[in-house]
This record gives sequence, C-alpha cells and structure tokens, in this order.
Amino acid sequence: MQNLDQIALDAAAAFAATDDPDALEQIKARFLGKSGQITELLKGMAKLSPDERKTAGAAINRAKEAIEASLNARREAIRRLLLEARLAEESLDVTLPGRGESRGGLHPVTRTLERIEALFRSIGFEVADGPEIEADFQNFTALNTPEDHPARSMHDTFYLLDENGKVAEDILLRTHTSPIQVRYMQAHVAKYAHLETMPEIRIIAPGRVYRVDSDATHSPMFHQVEGLWIGESVSFADLKGVVADFLRRFFESDDLQVRFRPSFFPFTEPSAEIDVAFMSGPLKGRWLEIAGCGMVHPNVLRHVNIDPEKYIGFAFGMGPDRLTMLRYGVNDLRLFFDGDLRFLRQFV
Amino acid sequence: MKFSESWLRSFVNPAISGEEFSHLLTMAGLEVEEEETVAPAFDGVVVAHVLEVNKHPDADRLNVCSVDIGAGAPQQIVCGAPNVAPGLKVPCALPGANLPGNFKIKVAKVRGVDSSGMLCSAKELGIAEDASGLLVLPSDAPVGQDIRVFFDLDDRLLTLKLTPNRADCLSLSGVAREVAALTSTPATYPTVTEAPVSIADKREIVLDAPEACPLYCGRVIGGVDAKTATPDWMKQRIERSGIRSISALVDITNYVMLELGQPLHAFDNSKLAGAIHARMASKGEQILLLNDQTLELQDNVLLIADDQRPLAMAGIMGGEDSGITLDTTTMFLESAFFAPKAIAGRARRYGFVSDASHRFERGVDFGGTRRALERATQLILETCGGQAGPLCEAAATLPQRPPVRLRPARVARVIGLSFSADQISALLTRLDLNYTRDGDDFIVTPPSHRFDIEIEEDLIEEIVRLHGYDNIPSRAPRARLSMLSQTEDGRPLSRVRQILADRGFQEVINFAFVEEAWESDFAANTAPIRLANPIASQMSVMRSTLISGLIANVVTNLKRKQNRVRVFETGRCFFRDTAGQPVEGFHQPWKLSGLAYGSALPEQWGNSSRNVDFFDIKGELELLLAPALVRFEKTVHPALHPGRSARVCVDGKVVGFIGELHPQWVQKYDLPLTPVVFELDLDAAKHAALPKHTDESRQPPAIRDLAIVVKQELELQQLIDGMAANKPALIQDIRLFDVYTGKGISPGEKSLAFRIVMQDTQRSLQDSEVDFAVQQLIKYLQHSFAAQLRV
Repeated sequence: MQNLDQIALDAAAAFAATDDPDALEQIKARFLGKSGQITELLKGMAKLSPDERKTAGAAINRAKEAIEASLNARREAIRRLLLEARLAEESLDVTLPGRGESRGGLHPVTRTLERIEALFRSIGFEVADGPEIEADFQNFTALNTPEDHPARSMHDTFYLLDENGKVAEDILLRTHTSPIQVRYMQAHVAKYAHLETMPEIRIIAPGRVYRVDSDATHSPMFHQVEGLWIGESVSFADLKGVVADFLRRFFESDDLQVRFRPSFFPFTEPSAEIDVAFMSGPLKGRWLEIAGCGMVHPNVLRHVNIDPEKYIGFAFGMGPDRLTMLRYGVNDLRLFFDGDLRFLRQFV
Repeated sequence: MKFSESWLRSFVNPAISGEEFSHLLTMAGLEVEEEETVAPAFDGVVVAHVLEVNKHPDADRLNVCSVDIGAGAPQQIVCGAPNVAPGLKVPCALPGANLPGNFKIKVAKVRGVDSSGMLCSAKELGIAEDASGLLVLPSDAPVGQDIRVFFDLDDRLLTLKLTPNRADCLSLSGVAREVAALTSTPATYPTVTEAPVSIADKREIVLDAPEACPLYCGRVIGGVDAKTATPDWMKQRIERSGIRSISALVDITNYVMLELGQPLHAFDNSKLAGAIHARMASKGEQILLLNDQTLELQDNVLLIADDQRPLAMAGIMGGEDSGITLDTTTMFLESAFFAPKAIAGRARRYGFVSDASHRFERGVDFGGTRRALERATQLILETCGGQAGPLCEAAATLPQRPPVRLRPARVARVIGLSFSADQISALLTRLDLNYTRDGDDFIVTPPSHRFDIEIEEDLIEEIVRLHGYDNIPSRAPRARLSMLSQTEDGRPLSRVRQILADRGFQEVINFAFVEEAWESDFAANTAPIRLANPIASQMSVMRSTLISGLIANVVTNLKRKQNRVRVFETGRCFFRDTAGQPVEGFHQPWKLSGLAYGSALPEQWGNSSRNVDFFDIKGELELLLAPALVRFEKTVHPALHPGRSARVCVDGKVVGFIGELHPQWVQKYDLPLTPVVFELDLDAAKHAALPKHTDESRQPPAIRDLAIVVKQELELQQLIDGMAANKPALIQDIRLFDVYTGKGISPGEKSLAFRIVMQDTQRSLQDSEVDFAVQQLIKYLQHSFAAQLRV
C-alpha cells in the first residue's frame, strides 16, 4: 500500500504549503472530500473480497486518520499565525499620552488651611466661621482694643461707606479672624446658659482678613487662622504644648525648634510671639516669627459674659499664607492672589 | 528705639557678649529687630601726629611725611591727600594693618621713596563716605591709641521693636532698668543735682486742661551760647541713636530724651508773651510747626500757648516761630507730663509722628518730669554756659496707680507652673515693684514709669517674663474627650473643592474688593458696597459675585499664553440687606463660582479640538450637585448671553446660574473666545441628601426607543415634565439619547429620541402591555405637543 503512504505524505505537504484557512479547507477536499482521493479509494473497496476489504479498509483508515491529524495540526498552526499577525497589527505605542481631562488643583493656601483644620480636628477642635464685613464691637471693642488704638485708624483698617456715602464708623472689614471667636463665645454662652458649667470651647477660625497694607510682603487681603480653647483649667503650659505640637506636625519635623517670647496684644495677657527654626533646609537655624498667642485677656471674657475667675483659656493666631510660603518655598506673597495658572498648577 | 550698646553698658554692664545681650532682650519681650556694627572690621590703625610734610621728589601730588605713631621713632609715610599738614592728628594704618575691602598695608616704595604705612580718610576706614581728604581727628586725640578704641568702633547699634505697652523702655535708662532686673546686675544712672538758681526770671504756668496736662515744669535759662558745638561724646551717642545732631541746645534736649525717656522742648524766651498755658486748641486754630507745616487744628489737640498765641502742639511738635535758634540767648525749657489719651493718634491724624508723640502717647514716667528738667539744665549750663532761673511748676491730679492683687494660686493656674511666695517676692523685687502682703497674696503698687500694670494678669506676665518663657513647661493638654459632630446630609467644603479640582478646575483666591465697573458689568450692581478708604480704585467696592474675578484671571492668564483656563473660587459675596445677619444690614453668603475658557479638553492627540460650551459645564454642574436633581431654566442675567444662560434650581429653589458670557463683555474684556461661567450658593453645592434605600426590582426591564419630531423651540424640560406627569405607571424612566436636526427633518423642527424603560417590581411584563404603554405615551405626546412619530 505504497500508494496510501504517498497520499498521506502528499496531503501533509499540501497542507503545509498554505497559511490561508479557506485554501486549507479546499486542499482538505482534494483528499477527504466527496471525490477526494481517500474517498475514491474507499469507494473502490467495493470491488475487493471481504478479506482484502478488511485489510485495505484498515490501511485506508490509518491513512485518513494521518491526513486528518496533519490537517488539524495545520489548522491550529494557521490559527496561531493569524492571531500573532493580528496582535502584531494591533500593537500600540503605549507611550502616547492618555486622553481626557487633566486634574485641576487646590490653591496652596487652601491646602495649608485644610491641613491645619485636620490637625486641630484630631485633638477635638471644631472649625468656626464668621462674617468678613464686621462690626466694630466684635472686631475691636470686645477684644479689649482701646478706643484710640492705631489699628482702628483708617490707615490700618478698611471701613465702608453707608448708602449715603458717609463713613459707617462701626462697620469694617475684619482685620483678623478673632471676631469669629467673639461670636462663637457669645453663641456658646447663650446655648449653655442653663448649665452650671458650660462645655469647653475648642475652635479654630480660619478665614480672609483685610488690612490697609500692600507691598511685597503685605497684601490688603490675606488669611489668618486663630485658635481658642476655653475651659476651667487651661494654662500657658498647655498653650505651649498645643502650638509646638501643631507646628511640628504641620512641618512634619520633630526637631523643629519652637520658642515663645513675651509680646503684647490687647486681647491676651500674658502674650507671646512664637518663632520657629528649622534644623535643615535653606532656612536652617534662622528664627522665623510665625504666630502670636497668649492667655485670653479677662476683659475679653467679660465682654462675652464669661466669668474669668471660673473659666480661663488661650488663643493663638497665625498666617496660613506665611505657613504656606515656608512649607512650599514660595517667596512672594502676591503670587497667591494673582491667579497665575503656571504658579497654581504646581500645587495639584 | 535705636541705641548704642556701649552707651547702654555705661548704665549696666552684665558679663555677657553682644550676641547674648541681644538674645536676652529679645527673650524678655524687647525684640532686637536689627543689629548693626558701627564700622566694618579692620585693625592696625592708630591715632598719628603729622610732624613734617615735604614734597615728594618725583611726584607733584605726593608728600613725604614724618609721622609720630606714639611708639619708637617717627615713621616716614608717603601721602597723596590734599589736606595733609604738619600738626594734624590723623588715622594711620601701620604695616600689617588690614583695612576694609581686604586691603593689606605693607612697607613699600612709592615712586622710589620708602613709605611705612598709610594715612587714612574716613572712607578708607569704612566709617563715612568722605574720601576728599584725611580724616582729621581732634587735637587732643591720644597719639598711638587704636582708632577703634578712640571712636568706640567696636560698639554695636541695636534697634528694639518695642511693643506699645513698654513705653518705659523708650530710653537708655529704661532699657538699663530692664537689663538690671533680667540679669540681677546693679545699674548706675546719671547723678542729677538741682541746678543752682542764679537768676530770678520765671513764667507763670496755667493748666487750662488739667486732665490732658496734669504736670508742667519749666525754667528760664539766660545767657546761653546757642552756637557752642555739641561735645563729641554727646554727638556720637545721639547720632548712634539715629538722631541727627543739630545744635547744642537741641542736641541736649534729645540726649536727655534718649537718656531718661522724657521729651523736652526748648522755647526762645524772648518770643514768649506772658504765662504758659496748656490748653485745648479751639477748632480751626492754626499753628506753623517746626517742620514748616501749617495745621488747622481740631479741638481735641492739646496746645502749649502763651497769652497771645499757640506755641506748640503739646507733646508732639513745637512751633516754628517760638523755638530756639542759634541766636537764642534766653530760653524757656519745658518738661511736662501729657496724658497718653490726650496725645494718642493726634499726630498720626495730621500725617506724621515725632519722637515726642511716640513716647507721650504710650506713657512717659510722670515721676521723672522734674529730674529730666534738672538733668537738661545741668548739661546746658555745662555746655552752653548761662544762668538758670527757678523751676516753675504747675501740677494737677496725676495718673493713679491703684494697687494690684497678685494671688500665687492664680499665677499657677494661668501659667501651669507653681511659684513659691519667695520666688514671687524675689521676682517682684528685681522688677522694682513695691508690694505688701495680705495673707498669701501680694498687693503690688506699680511704679510711675509702668503704664501697663493694671490687672493681676499683667503682673503674672511680669513674673513669667522674668522667669523666662523658655522655662515654662510645654505640656500636652488634658481634656475630656467628646466626638465632634459629623453630618452626612451634606459634604464639607473640602469635598466640593476636590470634586471640581478632579474635574480639571484650578482653585483661585481673588480679592474681595473689586473695580466698580466689574460690579456693574457682571452683576448690574449700580449701588455697590463702597470702601471708605480703598487702597486703589480697582479695589474700591465689595464684590457681589465671584465671576468678575474669574474673568480677570482669564485675562491675566491669556497674557501669559495660557490659552485654556478652568478656574473656580469659593468665597463670600456681599450685599446690602436690611434683614442681613449677623452683621446688621449685610448679607454675606458663601458662593462657589467656576469658569471654563478655551478648548473643551486639554490639547491632545486623537480628539478633535473644540471649544468648551454650555453643555460641557452644565454636565460639570450636574456631576457636582449629584445626587440632587438639578433643573435648568432659561433666564436673563447681566453677565450672560440671553439665549445661553439658565438659572440652576434644586428642590424648586434657585441656587445659582450658568451661561456663556455675554458677547458685549467678551468684546469689552478682549477675550478671543467665550467663557462659560457658573455661580452657585455654596450651601447648595454642599448639600447631599442622606441616601434612602427602596427595593430594586428583580424583574427584567422592557426597553423601547421612541423618536419624535417636535417644534424646534419646544424645550426638552416641558416634554420631560409632561411625560413624567402623564406617563403610564409601567414606565419607570424616560431618557433623552439623541437630538437631531438636518436632512429628513423640516426646518424649525427637531427630532428627539428617547429610551423608555418599563418595569414592574413584582412580575415580568407582557409584550402587549408594554406596547400599549408606549402607545399611550405617544398619544399623549401627539396630543399635547403635536409631536409626530419618526419612523
């Protein structure tokens, strides 16, 4: 049966000669189709004797199986080739940029304010807010500012005109965020009037403030954040602890040097100025003034009907703009209020 | 307050370095703001005596000098200075000297002549600008003395940034008193004796405003030589304190002010008529001041006057035509106490300050008024000669110093650190604060030089200040814990900002005061809230919208070639409102505004570029406000394109607006493209309803698409609202998925395609009921909107 082996070999060779799936099926027909060679041989067996038929049948079947096996192998090979070709064709330059919107970002001072708020929330401070057009009482009088204090002058404080174009002397743009504290204390006292002892006040008050000042280091509008803690037993030592802790957490620097030195504010007594010094970086070793603080002046407490013999507390205030400048190495305050996207995008 | 360290050390001289001195003052609340050296570093320069001057043999402009340098034989030095002359005392840099500018002096030959040193100008030593010739020293300068010692050039100049409560430190003796207390070093002060009275001349003093001026001392001094030169030592001290030397008499008054803190004034006695009055100005009264300024006064200004006219603004500045001149021979010297309240703010109101007003408005020691007068008299008699008249004085009620009770327990409570009675009494003693004891308490009577000790806390501050703020423990506080509230039917501002930032918007912070035109352009606000004292006209009114600032941001960024701008701001806006609270008459709501300008997406490959439009930003708003259902209703807004603007409504309430900027503003503000802007009440953006669960259906939905043709001007919202109100109950959701105009659709009409979702929570739907429901809807649309079914 030399002929059968030859047919199988011919078939294998014919299959291998194509890599087109349709052509492969046509080639298959030449061998296994209705009038294919194997089919013809099977048809021819009718003329044979039963014994011969048995032998020849087995041989033809073997050849048929061999042909089918090489056909399947070729089908698989062609499928693989096609897949590879498709994959090669579909290959991308994965280094092309992605599409769509790009991210915007928060203002750097907002970043700072949010960090400050989060740090103080973590020790139980609430965030308080208040009006920016303020009354003289909340901005000055309640904070123990004397009638003729220079801060009250139109050189320092923005006043508004009333509807008739006259200066409204008791209405101004707040010069600090302290009036938020005054309003908060007033509301707190009213809210807990029915209690023997009111709950502690622990707030920070961030916001925009306004002063008549404009140069490279002063902006007529800038930010402040103040903190206030009033309770029955809150001391200067606690103030030092809270503020130093905050500054080290804010700058993420355990070795940040923090010092308190005596100062003067009408609304605190004793008062302190707070300086920090970094142990590394471009400002290493220099004392930088960063905040003011002190024990709340008894007159301030009296103005909001808190008994200074029963309650005591501290307040501090600092400039988030300056903290932002130190944190990110910005050296011109005016950049914050200029809206320049090239600057702002650096804080995305 | 600026002064020389060596002058201060002449009062009190603790054994600490200059650097430690500054630190000590700073940490005691007298912040050293600036430290300067008097001269740059140099060495090897001595006082020399020029003995002989001979022409240089080979150079016309040079001289060969023989100079005594105080040691050994006279030295030969070649000198080119035009003013060199035998007999002069001049500074001489010896061989080996190092001069400023890294200039080393060596023995050298100058045009063939040996020269062992250099005679110096002031400029060469870095102590003055004068380079025209040698610095000529006084004839009594000791030959051979180091010039640094002679001029006290190792002195340092300290500038204190004093807080307004520490008026007592506005003098050398005041600072010395403080240093003495801080270091427990004894201080010595100038000995002041009463001047011998040798003439009888005097003037009557009348206190017409005894509250403003409760103490006035004065004296006539006759026969003074006003043209005498100020002694060098005095001149040096006042100049190193930043005060220009003018004439001996003026310099002495300034010297005493610096030394003792008491401002003095010297009148030319021949220009005075009658008694001296301390009285309030009458309104409109005029005075010509020493600085050549003529002021028209208010009636709250205290004057020194004679019987005829005003002489000086008391405690602020003298008058031009009653002051001393170089021709004065008889003077009337004033030393008075003016109440801080009578001086405070007055000078500033007229646009200036003076050394005197700076001190009087903070508080001058009323216990030292006479002493200062005697001290000045003594210096005048010593320097300018003359004869002193009797001390004239008028006194009324001086400020009281009510005793202050100090409780050691309160000290411990305020500071968080206990002080023993012994410690407290030691600290009070160091501060010269007199006290008596009442049980555990200290009853302290503040001295006349302290205007800042009125309550117990003031004393507590003094105690800690002296003890050292550094020595107070820094303690982690203890408090009762309670959780902060955290509402969920809203989100914090930080979340709102983050959503916008994530959608490509950059946050900006703009000034709250803006140009008046912005208010009228973008808010049609013709009566804005005006500042009384704006810093500039473009910052003169309070904003009632944040939009204007965002437009300005576009303009700024276009100038910087940033052609795609997406910005937002949150901040307060300001409105007059009679019902406004908490500050009566003003409504100050927080707003959130955004703006998009330029291409809809950042420039990128694979997306054709198009400019941002109304619907891009409407989508951003829907995303921001989700899950709230937002409705947009056509509106008219002064800032916006009338056909492309909408008000934003949530729960039936208008919470903001959105739209394209009106073409007239696009043109006026020179914008090449049209920005799309929005503004919302921040509260609306922060609101987010608490989720509430309803059962979801387990049944498969039936979905049908429906395309209808309607009139172009019909708003989608009308259709949506109508269908929502009239749809069969089966229909759960109707959503627009296509809008088409163009081929196949008549002009003036548009095709809208809706996807209709039907579902029942309990059972699956039959085709027939689904078809029926859609037919019902179509009938409704045909009937109510003349819609045609598009097939």
